[in-house]
Amino acid sequence: MLKGIVTVSLKQDVLDPQGQAVQHSLQTLGFPEAQNVRIGKSIEVWLEESDSVKTEQRLKEMCDALLVNAVIEDYRFEIVEA
Amino acid sequence: MRCAVLVFPGSNCDYDLYKAVNSVEGMKAEYVWYAGDSLKGFDAILLPGGFSYGDALRAGALAARAPILKALRQAADSGVRVLGICNGFQILTECGLLPGALHRNSGLRFICDTVSLQVANTATPFTSGYAERADIPVRFPIAHGEGNYTCDAETLHKLEDNGQIVFRYSGSNPNGSVDNIAGISNLAGNVLGMMPHPERAMTDWMGTSDGRILFESLRG
Repeated sequence: MLKGIVTVSLKQDVLDPQGQAVQHSLQTLGFPEAQNVRIGKSIEVWLEESDSVKTEQRLKEMCDALLVNAVIEDYRFEIVEA
Repeated sequence: MRCAVLVFPGSNCDYDLYKAVNSVEGMKAEYVWYAGDSLKGFDAILLPGGFSYGDALRAGALAARAPILKALRQAADSGVRVLGICNGFQILTECGLLPGALHRNSGLRFICDTVSLQVANTATPFTSGYAERADIPVRFPIAHGEGNYTCDAETLHKLEDNGQIVFRYSGSNPNGSVDNIAGISNLAGNVLGMMPHPERAMTDWMGTSDGRILFESLRG
């Protein structure tokens, strides 16, 4: 069994109002060095599969088919032993 | 005119839309469940607002992959008129029938209000009835948390050049959408997505009846 950990983030040129709000809060809390905050999400997928090359291909297909909206989001993933 | 009102798990404006359509002479609404596979015989297909699948993953993302979407695509490709309102608009961008994406309002808040809109293109099957009063803004209710329309510069350029921007917020922009976009159509003009709710603007006691013209235009 393998696990894919997909990290989805907003594209750099897409405004992230949530990240801005969090950055503002961090500054208020005494973290002036926090100059920019971007919020994304992490999606974990457990796969009944032991071949990591095949898993990589299948995960890409999942990202393209559903997990990621390529208009506004970027992604990367890693594959680990589940 | 037979109109399908698609119903997804979590749709919540389906009954409003059904009632609005049936209040227009010559139009008849029928519900079609998301798990169905046929939209044959319908002259228009309407996607209601709500929170399909609880907005899981992204607003409209899962509904855009529901079984009925295959039939919706076929109908849209063959020229059947398709109208997506609010979550329906989100579904239409998620499934690729309309370009761009709708994301979080710039002010982060869910907004429930009545707003003024400019009808930016009255030469569509949805807006022809506004031609005589194109200079007067229409007033429609809005209720959304993710209505911030965005697309890349090239897409925006195409939307503008092809007259695909159908509604713009007039006055203040409630959600930060690019170019004040409130509603767009596809290139062929038979698919319209919009965040404001025409079905909630059908009679004066609702506060505005400006939405009725949209349904009457659709009926032709």
